[in-house]
Amino acid sequence: MTSPPSHLDLLEAESIHILRETVAELANPVMLYSIGKDSQVLLHLARKAFHPAPLPFPLLHVDTGWKFREMYSFRDQFVAQHRLRLLIHRNEAALASGINPFDHTSQKYTHAVKTQPLLEALKLHGFDAAFGGARRDEEKSRAKERVFSFRDSQGQWDPRRQRPELWSLFNGRVDAGESMRVFPLSNWTELDVWHYVLRERIPVVPLYFAAPRPVIERSGTLLMVDDERMRLRPGEQPSLRRVRFRTLGCYPLSGAIDSSATTVEAVIAEMQEARQSERQGRLIDHDEEGSMELKKREGYF
Amino acid sequence: MSGYEKELLRLAVVGSVDDGKSTLIGRLLFECGGLFEDQVASVKKATAKRAAEHLGRGLQELVGTADPEALDFSLFTDGLRAEREQGITIDVAYRYFSSGKRKIIVADTPGHLQYTRNMATGASTADAAVILVDARLGVLPQTRRHAYLSALLGIPYLAVAVNKMDLVGFDPEVFARIGSELGDFCRSLGFEQVRLFPVSASGGDNVTRASARTPWHQDGTLLGWLESLPHQRRLDQAPLRFPVQYVLRPHLDYRGFAGQVVSGRVSVGDELLALPSGRRTRVTAIDTFEGQLAQASSPQSVALRLSDEIDVGRGDLLVHPDQAPLSLRRLEARLVWFGERPLNTGHRYLIKHSTQTVSARFEQVLGRLELEDLSEVPADSLALNDIGRVRLSTARPLLCDRYRDNRHTGAFIVIDPASNDTVAAGMILEAVQEVGGQEGSLVTAEQRAQRLGHQAAVVLLPTGTAPSVVQRLEQGLIERGLLAAIARDPETASALAGAGLIALVAPGSPAMLRGFQDVLRGSASLELRPPNDPERWVGELSAALELRS
Ligand SMILES: Nc1nc2c(ncn2[C@@H]2O[C@H](COP(=O)(O)OP(=O)(O)O)[C@@H](O)[C@H]2O)c(=O)[nH]1
Repeated sequence: MTSPPSHLDLLEAESIHILRETVAELANPVMLYSIGKDSQVLLHLARKAFHPAPLPFPLLHVDTGWKFREMYSFRDQFVAQHRLRLLIHRNEAALASGINPFDHTSQKYTHAVKTQPLLEALKLHGFDAAFGGARRDEEKSRAKERVFSFRDSQGQWDPRRQRPELWSLFNGRVDAGESMRVFPLSNWTELDVWHYVLRERIPVVPLYFAAPRPVIERSGTLLMVDDERMRLRPGEQPSLRRVRFRTLGCYPLSGAIDSSATTVEAVIAEMQEARQSERQGRLIDHDEEGSMELKKREGYF
Repeated sequence: MSGYEKELLRLAVVGSVDDGKSTLIGRLLFECGGLFEDQVASVKKATAKRAAEHLGRGLQELVGTADPEALDFSLFTDGLRAEREQGITIDVAYRYFSSGKRKIIVADTPGHLQYTRNMATGASTADAAVILVDARLGVLPQTRRHAYLSALLGIPYLAVAVNKMDLVGFDPEVFARIGSELGDFCRSLGFEQVRLFPVSASGGDNVTRASARTPWHQDGTLLGWLESLPHQRRLDQAPLRFPVQYVLRPHLDYRGFAGQVVSGRVSVGDELLALPSGRRTRVTAIDTFEGQLAQASSPQSVALRLSDEIDVGRGDLLVHPDQAPLSLRRLEARLVWFGERPLNTGHRYLIKHSTQTVSARFEQVLGRLELEDLSEVPADSLALNDIGRVRLSTARPLLCDRYRDNRHTGAFIVIDPASNDTVAAGMILEAVQEVGGQEGSLVTAEQRAQRLGHQAAVVLLPTGTAPSVVQRLEQGLIERGLLAAIARDPETASALAGAGLIALVAPGSPAMLRGFQDVLRGSASLELRPPNDPERWVGELSAALELRS
């Protein structure tokens, strides 16, 4: 039986090629693990790429301290079951100083609990490559991102230093202190990811499936009250609604959608009907896009 | 099964500024459901806003209908215009959409003259290209350039979208004129298929739906064409190429050679040749996460286990013994130069080819492509966005194929070790060629090779190779039908090769070897490993030199 390879087969082969190239060319890679569906798919591909050997790199979870409780329990159970090496890094100083997603702008918050600790951790362990699960279809600005995205010794991205990528020949050369972000899922779409989760039976956090959850509605977004730290505004009263999440992050910043999809098939069916982009539910992005608009406008007028 | 297993098609869309590329891609995404409601809503808003701005400035003619539901399709992917204004690097963007049975990856490449690099990037992986032509402007030098580059990068299928047909009243004459002007030119470039479509990207004519406004056009829609293209399966019929990427060694009893079958197929039990060592071995297992396979084909990523404990590592190539690749240390290649600094023939560069990276020098620039008229002009160097032909030599042989035979093993990138930047893309044309030609003769090297069935070469054997061994090699080649002769000095070797023969030379000492190398500089000498096994040696050399029919 030699049916032609499907696009999922080809995407898989390409991703495995990228994972292996990175490990072969860079000295000390790490995989960023965010517990979301993209991370799960990436991890699954990595296990395939190096089978029957164990993963030749550890996982790194940059923990903001504000993820959903179900994400933490899923992470711990999954990592134990597959005997994965997981590093957890938090910006304890920032968290101790009271940085939180309520009082601080998303930019400041993101910088303090995500960007900064990530750079710290990469430096601390001397990682010269970090795999990420980002896809080019996520938003316009990612459409040009390279598979091997070069970062200078400050961890900064400089558009002029990005290398052209032809065929499947990736240039992974870095000098001391410099590093690569590597995105093996670049050519996958959200729908591809879900179909692959289905085909390969990849476990994902139950938050992706509809269940009655305590939520409030705030300026058109459904937010889940995951623990007592959620700050309610006057008049806000959590109520149980059947919701699920399309993307997962910090719970006070992740919007839920009304849904009755309790299986991967049902999620896919809903996705194909209700056509909102997945970033819609991410408060952080709205904020960033808004401020981007603002900057542009300041430049124009 | 999910019923979502589609075929993958990689498409490059090329057009000059304002030809309507953004509009066309936006239209394809929109009509194939590649866009989300919130994206559509925001473009609707932006369209209305732009219309209001134009009205405010008294530019009624730019607005068209003041329809609040109107969509400016170019705004879905547009970003380049703004970037250009802000002076940010123009770059290739990738978009995704699906039609009935295909997932299509679009490389959205700005096609302005100075962006050759972007076009080469987008075209390098594409199965098909769409080139936009503005119906009002007709065929421009730019259009020919795009077609030429598409062919150069090995794209087999080309569509020309003659856009803005609404602005020429859907006149079949205009379309026919462009077709006849471009058709012959494109066919001369060697595409497997060339099609023309009269479209209006903004009106949606012949993009995904056949237009009632072009009853004279019988060739269907652009999307229909994309769906009809043969599925890319050509490389799994090609000779096996398995570059070893990484060695899996979880414990002492397991050694798996991980890699992608970049072309051809491999089965358990196959005899393989490991290059460059030349050792033979057998496939004992093909491992994947799901279990063992009996056979793997391009482009699967797998791990092979081999019967012998042979020394194979990253950068080595596994092939079937009767389908050896070229093994070249001196070769001619086409380069697309990306570096800010021009090519420097005195400089050492790195070449990444398959899974190996080797040190290389460019000996000579043989010519530069004049983009205005696509002629080749003499040049000493290549600058940013130049395309040229060069002769280069590498520290270790490249186990490769000609680019036109295999897009994977025929391609390489050039890295400047000083900056680590990727400064060029290369496509292998052939072994360095001037051997086999004679000064003052009207007969070309090619004609000689055709007559004899193999290419000419000077073959330098390792110093100290015994005369009896050299004789056996000569005899072996003759028996295989290759015309070989032994030469004792460089001049004789050159003369024999000039006449189309394979000249075998075995310098008696390292000093003599250097003497040969000096004299033979500039001709195609091959340096080979010791002929420990003369029979195999003869087989491999023949495979490298015999003309493939
Ligand atoms: N009349 C007409 N205008 C078009 C058509 N396609 C694109 N345009 C317009 O041509 C201009 C340039 O289009 P755009 O897609 O931005 O071009 P790009 O620079 O190639 O991406 C825009 O004003 C479009 O609305 C078409 O088929 N007919």
